[in-house]
Amino acid sequence: MDKITESLLKLVSDWDDGVYEGAYNIRENGGCAGRQSTDNIRIEPKEGGKGIDIYVEPGTKDEKVYIPACISRGNVDDIVYNDFHIGEDADVTVVAGCGVHTDDDEGSRHNGIHRFFLEKNSKVLYEEKHIGTGDGEGKKSIDPETEVNLKEGAVLEMNTQQLSGVDHSVRITRGTLGDGAKLIIHESILTDGDQYAKTDFDVVMEGEDSAVDLISRSVAKDESYQEYHSKIRGENRCTGHSECDAILVGNGRVNAAPELYAGDLDAELIHEAAIGKVAGEQILKLKTLGLTEEEAEKRIIDGFLSA
Amino acid sequence: MLGLKDVKWTAEDGRQILKGIDFELKEGTLTVITGPNGSGKTTLAKVISGVEEATEGSIMLDDTDLVGKDITERAKLGVAYAFQQPVRFKGISVRDLIELARGEAVEEFDICGIMNKVGLCTKDYIDREVNDSLSGGEIKRIELATVLARKDAHLLLFDEPEAGIDLWSFNGLVEAFEELKKKNDKILLVISHQERLLEIADNIIVIADGKVRLAGPGEEILPQLMNDEKSGECPIGKDMLANG
Repeated sequence: MDKITESLLKLVSDWDDGVYEGAYNIRENGGCAGRQSTDNIRIEPKEGGKGIDIYVEPGTKDEKVYIPACISRGNVDDIVYNDFHIGEDADVTVVAGCGVHTDDDEGSRHNGIHRFFLEKNSKVLYEEKHIGTGDGEGKKSIDPETEVNLKEGAVLEMNTQQLSGVDHSVRITRGTLGDGAKLIIHESILTDGDQYAKTDFDVVMEGEDSAVDLISRSVAKDESYQEYHSKIRGENRCTGHSECDAILVGNGRVNAAPELYAGDLDAELIHEAAIGKVAGEQILKLKTLGLTEEEAEKRIIDGFLSA
Repeated sequence: MLGLKDVKWTAEDGRQILKGIDFELKEGTLTVITGPNGSGKTTLAKVISGVEEATEGSIMLDDTDLVGKDITERAKLGVAYAFQQPVRFKGISVRDLIELARGEAVEEFDICGIMNKVGLCTKDYIDREVNDSLSGGEIKRIELATVLARKDAHLLLFDEPEAGIDLWSFNGLVEAFEELKKKNDKILLVISHQERLLEIADNIIVIADGKVRLAGPGEEILPQLMNDEKSGECPIGKDMLANG
């Protein structure tokens, strides 16, 4: 594993001097740089190195699995297919960061296609950080595609963060929820320079008493542009909530298009959205505590993205 | 020592809100500024803290004229200001705000101490976000706490600290003010209509129509204010405001 990959792993996951506790699979420039299964979590490669299948035994509790993917140079176009099979009543955490680094003019891209199959009453906390590093002019792209299948009573909580340096990102999320299933998503995206980020979310609540809670926080700085499209569909008695807030800095632009579809009389769907600059009164308050204008703005944005 | 001399402020639309304010306040004293709504009290607090810049006059804090200095510089010189209308933040917790106010990490025990003064059971609040989920009374008390938390505060400005807070929290706040007064190194300036605060004030300044209408020791001014109330006439200044 090269040094750049190691530093990327530190940025996007709990990588601590070459050790992950529990099961892991490290992907580096399209190849495998390390893999470990445990008694309860089995990681198997797909044919041709195209990805992995992760099997979590029913009833597994409090275990973590790390599946970071890094690209440490230009001219890499990596597509990976990872499938998560989570057994009944299991409760695990998946850490799936991605870092792309380029030092030259050649662009690189990581396209992670994830499918989640959560069996009855299983629970997954999914943590994902994306970052781009390196001085190269080459475009750093991360395009995740996620498909979510939640059986009865299953809960998937996804925390996704795009930190900085990612020039281009298209995030597609699709999902289907069974009876009593719950999908909670917190995403935060920071773009600057002339970066572009798009979120495209489409989830169907098919099951009775299923629920979706989607919270999106965006900060678009400089000349960057972000697009947000969410579609929450309720086909049964269910609750759906989406909240998309964006802060503009400089010439940043955001296009937010939330969509709700209710196909059942008892589908309760709510959407909240707000786009604007950093509130002047917030900056004033922090200045009265002794922060400079720049410090105040940074603190407000950092807090906003972590909310 | 805080000394204001002929402080004036004119709004963008040309209306003169402060028409020449003069007063001097000493360390170890509590001064209450009172007067009718719209008389310029909040504007005065903003002009002292730097949120608005005085159009004329000088504001001396010890040997330094605050006029011309920005909000951050004034804060660093020891000006602390509790807003009348507190500000909400998504993703910033009570702990974050207290630590920003203090300028360093604060032990949980100390945060509890500060929050207790404003009547908030800390454990439940310490990691709560200062966002829309808090009630008006809760957010107001957190606002007051950000001023009590300041380590280097020399001049403490409170704009209607009693607004929206319950009786028990208010009693705690009165105690906190009296404690601060005893330290003898701080100047307390409170905008209020609250009788209890007027009673403990060393000085009372009545502002009406952008000018000091009446000023002096609390024990002299308060009876006059109470008499005006009892007589059934317009309280001091209201007549002027109505005519002006």
